[in-house]
Amino acid sequence: MAALTREETEALIQEVLEVYPEKAKKDRAKHLMVNDKELESSKKCITSNRKSLPGVMTMRGCAYAGSKGVLWGPIKDVISISHGPIGCGQYSRAGRRNYYIGTSGVDSFCEMNFTSDFQEKDIVFGGDKKLAKLINEIEGLFPLNKGISIQSECPVGLIGDDIEAVAKKAAKELNKPVVPVRCEGFRGVSQSLGHHIANDSVRDWIITNRDGHPFEKTPYDVAILGDYNVGGDAWASRILLEEMGLRVVAQWSGDGTLAEMENTPFVKLNLLHCYRSMNYISRYMEEKYNIPWIEYNFFGPSKIKESLRKIASFFDDKIKEGAERVIEKYTPSMEAVIAKYKPRLQGKKVMLYVGGLRPRHTVGAYEDLGMEVVGAGYEFAHNDDYDRTIKEMGDATLIYDDVTGYEFEEFVKAIKPDLIGSGIKEKYVFHKMGVPFRQLHSWDYSGPYHGYDGFAVFARDMDMTLNNPCWNMMQTPWQEKPAKSLLKDPLLKAA
Amino acid sequence: MAKLRQAAIYGKGGIGKSTTTQNLVAALAESGKKVMIVGCDPKADSTRLILHAKAQNSVMELAAEAGSVEDLELEDVMSVGYGGIKCVESGGPEPGVGCAGRGVITAINFLEEEGAYTDDLDFVFYDVLGDVVCGGFAMPIRENKAQEIYIVCSGEMMAMYAANNIGKGIVKYANSGGVRLAGLICNSRNTDREDELIMELARRMGTTMIHFIPRDNVVQHAEIRRMTVIEYDPTAKQADEYRALANKIVNNKNFVIPTPVTMDELEELLMAFGIMEAEDTSIIGKTAAELAAEAAAA
Repeated sequence: MAALTREETEALIQEVLEVYPEKAKKDRAKHLMVNDKELESSKKCITSNRKSLPGVMTMRGCAYAGSKGVLWGPIKDVISISHGPIGCGQYSRAGRRNYYIGTSGVDSFCEMNFTSDFQEKDIVFGGDKKLAKLINEIEGLFPLNKGISIQSECPVGLIGDDIEAVAKKAAKELNKPVVPVRCEGFRGVSQSLGHHIANDSVRDWIITNRDGHPFEKTPYDVAILGDYNVGGDAWASRILLEEMGLRVVAQWSGDGTLAEMENTPFVKLNLLHCYRSMNYISRYMEEKYNIPWIEYNFFGPSKIKESLRKIASFFDDKIKEGAERVIEKYTPSMEAVIAKYKPRLQGKKVMLYVGGLRPRHTVGAYEDLGMEVVGAGYEFAHNDDYDRTIKEMGDATLIYDDVTGYEFEEFVKAIKPDLIGSGIKEKYVFHKMGVPFRQLHSWDYSGPYHGYDGFAVFARDMDMTLNNPCWNMMQTPWQEKPAKSLLKDPLLKAA
Repeated sequence: MAKLRQAAIYGKGGIGKSTTTQNLVAALAESGKKVMIVGCDPKADSTRLILHAKAQNSVMELAAEAGSVEDLELEDVMSVGYGGIKCVESGGPEPGVGCAGRGVITAINFLEEEGAYTDDLDFVFYDVLGDVVCGGFAMPIRENKAQEIYIVCSGEMMAMYAANNIGKGIVKYANSGGVRLAGLICNSRNTDREDELIMELARRMGTTMIHFIPRDNVVQHAEIRRMTVIEYDPTAKQADEYRALANKIVNNKNFVIPTPVTMDELEELLMAFGIMEAEDTSIIGKTAAELAAEAAAA
C-alpha cells in the first residue's frame, strides 16, 4: 500500500509543479512519476541524467566528486592528487567514511588531502611543472604509495594543462602507475560522469597492467565491485562470500588496493553492488576478458538470500551448498533481529532520496522490518536505474529524479512519511520539520549496513531514530497554548 | 587638470599595434602629456621602444618569481622611459601553456589596487594582443577601464576582417559598459587605394579613419635601435605623421558604438575595390580531376 492512491499521487505532483514558471514546470514534470510495476521501461515515464535547472537547489555534486570522492579516493595505497585550487581537495577530505585497514600517512592515504594548491601564477603559467614537482615530493615523503592519480579540478581543463604528459613521464621515472583523470567539475550534469571518467581511467591506465603476468587462479575467484566500505560495508559482505567458499581477489574500491584492482582480470565472476558507479568497468572486463558480472544486493536478509543463491548459481555444488550453509547459519540471528525490531517498525512509511543505488537497494531491507518505501528518488541515476527501481517499489508510489529542495519538502508534507533517508544537506531541513531522518550516504556515523551483520545495525539504527522520544518534544514551550488560569490573570490582561 | 583618458589599441596580429602605439605615445609625451602604457600581451614587447630594452620584466613574471602577485610593489613592475612615459607589461606564459587571459586580468587588477592610475596621468594606453579571444583580453575594455578603442588595420583583406571582428566584440561591451569605438588607424601596407578602402570600411562601421600612417623605412631604422621615430629622428617626416595622429586623438570626440558589417558586405566591399574576385560558385566541391574533365568537354 502506498501512502496515497495513484490519483492522489498524480494530483500531488501537479500541485507541486504549479508554483514553477512555465518552462521549469515543463522540465520538472518529466522528472516526477507515479510508479507502475507493470511498466517494462522507465523511458516514457521519467527523464534522468539531465542538466538541473538554475535556482532549484539541486543536491547534486560534480564530476570531480564522482571520480575523486567516490571511486579513486577509497583506494587506500593510491595517492589521489586534487589538482587545482585548494578547496576541492580540502572540503572533500575524509568525509565519506570509507574505512580501511592500514596506517594513515604510511601505507594508506584515503583521509589525507594531497593538492597542488593552485595560485594565480599557476593559472597563468600552467600547473604542469608544479604537478611534476608534487609527484616527486609525494614519492619522497610517502614511498609506500603504490600509485598516484591526478584528479583534475576545473581550472586544469580551462587552461589546457597537459597532465597526461606529466603522468606518463612520472610513471616511467617512478616505475608505478600515475593516472591522469580528466574529471573537471564542469563536465557533465552530476557526479555520474565523474564515475564514468574514473572507470575509463582505470580501464586505460590500470586494468591491463598485469596482462600476461603469472597469477595463481582458483575456480572460486571473485571481485567485489562498487562497494566503498562505508562504515565497513565491504567487510560485512566479504565474510559472507568467503564463508560460502569463494575467494575475494579484489575490493573496488573501499579498503581496496591497486594490486587487487590490477589482478581483477583474473577472476571468474565480478560481483557488482553499486551498478551506477561501476557498471562501465564491469562491462569492459566482460568484453575484454570474458568475465561475467552480476548485480547483487546485500541489504536485508531477503535480498542477501536471493543474492547469495544467484552468486552461487555461477559455481559448482560446493559453493551452492556453501551459500545454503551461510543462509542457514545466519537465519536464526536475523529472525531474532526481526522479532525485536519489526513490532516497533511495522507499517512505518519511508521516503528515500540518495545517489544512484540505495533508493532501490534498501527497499528489501525496509520490507524485512515491515516498513514500506513510499517515495524514492536519485540524485544522478540514469534510466537503467529507474528500470530497476520500478520493479522494487510498490504501485502508485512516488518516484522523483534530481528532486529540488522545494519539491522534496512539499512531498514530505503531503505524504507524511515516518522516516526519511537521504543526505547531510537534507538532514537538518527535515529535522526542523520534526521528521525522523537517517543519512543514507554515510550511515550517520554508523554502519555497516551491508550483509547480515550490517542488517542488525541497520534495524537498530532505524528503530532508534524513528522511535526516539525526542520527536514527541518538538513543540516549543512558548508556542504551547497558555494555561487557562494564566489567561485569567488580571496582570497579564493589563499588560 | 583634464580627466584621465584610457584607450585600448586592438588589431590583427603583426599589423604594427605595438610600434604604432609607442610612436603615438612618444608623440603625446613630446607634447607634454603624461602617459602610461600597459602591455597586454604575453610576448611583453609593448614598451621596448620607450625603454630601449629587449623586454621589460612583466607583472606576471615577477609575481611568479616572488611567489604571488601580492608580494609585488608597484615600483617593481613599473619602468619610466622616454618622455617620462610609465611602462608596465602584464606578461604571461609562453605559447601553449597556462592562461594568458588570466595574466592580463591579474596584472590590471594589480595596477588598480596598487594605485598605478595616478591623478597626474593624461592618458593610459593598453596595447592588446591580436584579438579579443577570451574574457581576459577584453579586460582592458571593461567598465572603468579603456573607454575608447582604436583599431589598427591596413588595406589587406585579413586585417580588415579582423578589424570588423573586433568591432563585433566592442558592440557587446559597448552595450554593457561605456566603451566606444574611437576610430581606425590605417598603418599602410601600400596596397591600392588603401586610404579610400579603409575610409569606406570606417564609414560602414560607423566611425572614421582617424589617420593614415604611410609606410616609411625610418620606422624600421628606429626599431633596430629600440627607439621610436620621435626620439630617433624628431625631424623625420614620419615623426610628423605620429604627431598628427597624437593631435587627432587628443581632440577626438567621435566615440561610437560600432556597426560591424556582415561577411557579405565586407566581401562586396573588397570586390568593389578589386581586392577580391567575385566568387565562382560553380567550382565549389569539384576535384581537380572533375574540373579537368569539364575543361576538356568545353
